[in-house]
Amino acid sequence: MRIRTAGVVAVLGLALAASGCGGDSNDEPAAKESSKAATGGKLVIWADDKRAAALKPFGEKFGKENGVTVEVQAVSKDLQTNFVTASQQGSGPDVVVGAHDWIGNLVQNGAIDPVQLAAEQKSAFNETAVKAVTFNGQLYGVPYAMENLALIRNTELAPEAPKTIEDLVAAGKKLKAEKKASEILCLQSGQNGDAYHIYPLYTSAGGYLFGTAANGDYDPKDLGVGKPESIAAFQKIAKLGEKGEGALKRSITGENSIATFTGKKCAFLVSGPWAIADAKKANIKYDISPVPGFAGGKEAQPFVGVQSFYVAAKGQNKALAQEFVANHVTTPDLAMALYNAEPRPPALTAALDQVKGSDPDLAKFQEAGKNGQVLPAIPAMAAIWDPFGKAEAAIIGGADPAKTITAAGKTIAGQIK
Amino acid sequence: MSTSSSGPGTATQPPGRGPVRSGSPRTSRTARNHAPITLTGLLVKVVLLGLVAGIAVWAAFPLIEAELWVGLAVLLATTAGLFYLYLTPRHIPVKYLIPGTLFLVAFQIIPVLYTASTAFTNFGDGHRGSKDDAIVAIQSGSVTQVPGSVQYPLTVATKGDPATGALVFLVTDPQTNTVSVGDTEGLRPLDAGSVTVAPGGKVTAADGYQILNFGEASTRSKDITDMVVPTSGGALRSSGLSRAYEGKAVRAYDAGCDCIRDSETGKTWTADGKVGSFVAADGETLAQGWQVNVGLRNFADVLTDPAISGPFFSTLIWNFAFALGSTGFTFLLGMGIALALHSPRMRGTNFYRVLLILPYAMPSFAMLLVWRDMFNTDFGLINNLFGLGVDWFGETWSARLAVLLVQLWLGYPYMFLVTTGALQAIPRELTEATSVDGASPFQSFRAVTMPLLLVAISPLLIASFAYNFNNFNAIQFVTEGGPFPADNPTAGATDLLITYTYRLAFGAQGAEYGLAAAVSIFIFAIVATVSAISFSRTRKQEEVYS
Repeated sequence: MRIRTAGVVAVLGLALAASGCGGDSNDEPAAKESSKAATGGKLVIWADDKRAAALKPFGEKFGKENGVTVEVQAVSKDLQTNFVTASQQGSGPDVVVGAHDWIGNLVQNGAIDPVQLAAEQKSAFNETAVKAVTFNGQLYGVPYAMENLALIRNTELAPEAPKTIEDLVAAGKKLKAEKKASEILCLQSGQNGDAYHIYPLYTSAGGYLFGTAANGDYDPKDLGVGKPESIAAFQKIAKLGEKGEGALKRSITGENSIATFTGKKCAFLVSGPWAIADAKKANIKYDISPVPGFAGGKEAQPFVGVQSFYVAAKGQNKALAQEFVANHVTTPDLAMALYNAEPRPPALTAALDQVKGSDPDLAKFQEAGKNGQVLPAIPAMAAIWDPFGKAEAAIIGGADPAKTITAAGKTIAGQIK
Repeated sequence: MSTSSSGPGTATQPPGRGPVRSGSPRTSRTARNHAPITLTGLLVKVVLLGLVAGIAVWAAFPLIEAELWVGLAVLLATTAGLFYLYLTPRHIPVKYLIPGTLFLVAFQIIPVLYTASTAFTNFGDGHRGSKDDAIVAIQSGSVTQVPGSVQYPLTVATKGDPATGALVFLVTDPQTNTVSVGDTEGLRPLDAGSVTVAPGGKVTAADGYQILNFGEASTRSKDITDMVVPTSGGALRSSGLSRAYEGKAVRAYDAGCDCIRDSETGKTWTADGKVGSFVAADGETLAQGWQVNVGLRNFADVLTDPAISGPFFSTLIWNFAFALGSTGFTFLLGMGIALALHSPRMRGTNFYRVLLILPYAMPSFAMLLVWRDMFNTDFGLINNLFGLGVDWFGETWSARLAVLLVQLWLGYPYMFLVTTGALQAIPRELTEATSVDGASPFQSFRAVTMPLLLVAISPLLIASFAYNFNNFNAIQFVTEGGPFPADNPTAGATDLLITYTYRLAFGAQGAEYGLAAAVSIFIFAIVATVSAISFSRTRKQEEVYS
C-alpha cells in the first residue's frame, strides 16, 4: 500500500515535472529562436511616458522599413537609476532618452557609449545643444530638444516686460498694493531651495558655479560657491527675500508656483516651456521674455538643458542602436514628432525653423535662453544641488549670506572627490 | 511566513481525518501511516510538488545561462530536499516548518546578509561593475575620430552565408568614389565593374559578397561593433550600419603595469585596488571605477567623519522623541475616543466609528502630501483658517510640532480600533463590581481597565514604536528633514536616522550603497536593542498582572 502510493505520487510528480520541463523545453527552442531573431532584429528604447508615446509610431516606421522590431518601453519613474541598474545587470535597453546632465553619471558607470557624427550632421544642430552632450571631448548623445527658464507674465496685470528685477519688484508691489495680486513674483524655492530656478538671478548678481577649463569644459576644481562673488550675489538675492522686499519666498514651491500664477495671484512666473500648457488651460493672457537681471548687474543666464538619445554600452544590439541614434534621430521628422508630443524647442535647427512660425512661444523661449549656460554634466554637479538649494532657502528666510554660502561651499567641496 | 494550513503539509493529514490526532502521538503516527490516501490529498500533493518542480525548471535556465553553478546547486538541493521530504511519510514536524523556513530565508535572511556584505564594499555610482567592465568602458569611451578624416558610406556584407560568413565592410570613398572592401587585414580596393553603387555612395550589390539588410546585420550586432579595419591613420569602425569613420582608441589598458595609458598625452593611470579606481601620479582619478572590498572603512566613516557622526547624536534624540511622540499621542487620543464610545450611554456609535476610520482608510502617502501643503505659510489651509502667520516648516519646533500633528491625525484611528477591540474583551462585570464597591469611574479605570488594556496592547505599542522609529514617509514627504541650519545642509531639525541615511546614501550627490548599508546596520542594531528591551519589560509586566 505504502509503496504503491509513494510510487503513484512519484510517477505523477515526475510526470508533472516532466510536463513542466517538456513545456519549457518545447517552448525553449522557439523562445530561443524568436529571441535570437529578436536580439538580432530588436531595438529596445526606454523613454519617459510622453516621449515613449511620441516615439512609438516613429519606431514602428523605422522597424517596418528596415525589417527589424522596435520596442519602445515607457519607464515613468527614476529612468536614470533604473537604466544604470538594468544595464549593469545586462537587462537594459539599447537606446535611452534622457536629460543631458545625466551624462557624467552614465559615463562613470560605463552605461553609455560615445556617438560618432559627421561634421555636417553636427552642424545641423544648435551649437549649444551639441556642446551640452559633449563630455571629455566626446559626443555622448544626440540632442533633440532644449529647455530653459524664461519670465512668463500675465499681460492683463503687467503689460510691460520688466527690464530689471528692480522694475519687476516695483510693478509687483504696485499690483499687491492695488490688491490685484497677492505675490510679487512666483519663483519657486520651497523650504529646501531650488538651485535651477534661482540660477538666472545668481549669475546676474555675479555668481558662478564652476570655472571653465582651457578646452571649454567646466572645471570641477574651480568651485565658485563660497567665493566672494557668490557671497555678493546672495547679498543681492537676500534683499529680495522674506526679510527684504518679499519677492522671494519659501512658501512658493515647485508644487504651487505655476498654480499661483494661473490663479492670477502673481503677475510674474519664472518657469520653463512645461508651464505653458497650464497657462493656456487657465486662459491666461501671457507673454514670454528673458528673466531680467539686477540693474547694473550682469546678464541673467538661465541653465539650458538638452534632452537627448543615448546608446547603451551594454545593449544587445549596439550596431542597430548606433544606426538609429546617429542616422535617424538626426532627421527633422523625429524632432517634429517629439515636438508634437511635448512642445519644447527642437535642437535641430531645421525643425525649429519649421515650428517657429506656428508657435511663437518657442521662439521666445529660445530667445530667453540665447545667453543661457549649459547645465553642467560633470559628475561634480551632483554635489551642488542640495547644499546650494538649502543655502538659498536659508538666505531667502533671512540667514546671513556670507556665513551660509561659505558653509555651503565647504560642504560642496567636501563632496567633490 | 507561517506554516499555513494550505501548505504542502496538509497532504499528509487528509481532510476529515482529524480525530486520528486526538490519540497519543505515538499511536497517531502509526495510524497516519496506515491511513488510506484520499484523492484530494493526493491531488494537492501532486499539484504542489509539480509546482515546485516547475519553479525549479523555470529558475534553472537563467542560472545555467549566467553560469551561476552555486545558485543552481542550491536550487537543485532545495528541490530534491522538498521532494524527499513530502514523498516520505517520516519527518512530520519538518513538513510543517519547512515552507515558513524557506520564506524566512528568502525574504529575511538573504536580504540582511546581502546588506551586511554590501556594507564592506564601495558599491555605488562609479563603482558598480567589475574591473574588466571599467577597462572596456575607458577604452571604448576614448575612441575618437582621426582629425581631418572623412566618414564613409558603409555597407555590411559577408562572404557566404549571412548568418555565419566572415564579415566585411564595403565602403565608398566620398571623394574618389572608389569602393573598397575592408576586413581585419585592412582595406583593398574593389573593381568598379563588380559593384553597384547607389547615388548616396552606398553599395547595393557586389560580386562574391552577400549584402546584409538591417535585420540580418543586426543579428551580428556584436561582430559589427567589434570589427576594426586597420588603416594608416587608425582604424575604420562602424557608426551604426550605414556609416564608417576612421577612429583610434586613445587610451589602452596595459596588463604589464596594470595601468591605462593615453597615447596622445603619454599620461598613465595605475590601478589602485584599495579604492577601485585608476589613479594618475598627480592624483587625477578616471571616472570609471570598479567595486572592491573596503573592509571596515564604511563603518569607520560613519563613526569618524564629522559630517556624519556630528549630527548623529542630535538626530538620534529627536528620532526617539518622534517615535515616542507619534506612538504616545496617537494612543492617548485613540484610547480616549474608544473609551468615550465604549460608554453605554453613548448614542450613534456606529456613525462615529465610520467617521473615525476615515483617516485610516485614506492612503497615507497622499495624505502626507496634502498635509504638507496645508502647512504652507502663505497658501496653506491651517494658517488661512486660523488667521495665523506661522512659518511652520521654517522653524525647528514648529516643524517638529507639525510633523507630530500629522502623525497624530494619521495614527489615532488605528489606536482607536485596537483599543475598542481590547475594551470589548474586558468583561463589564469587572468595572461594575468596582462601582458597587464604591469606586469612582476614574478609579476603576486606573485600577482595572487600564492594566488589562495595557497587557493586550503593549506589544502593539512596541511594534508601533519600532515602525515610527523608521517612518521614512512621515518625514520625507512632509518636511524632507527640514528646516536645515543655515550652515549645515546635511542634517535637518526633523530628520530621522533613516531620512538622514537616505540623504547620505542616495542624496543628490550620487548613490553610495556601501555607506548606506553600513548606516542601516547601525540603525538595525539600535531598533533591535530598543525592541528587545521593551519586549522583555512587557513580559515582566504581564507576569505582574496575570
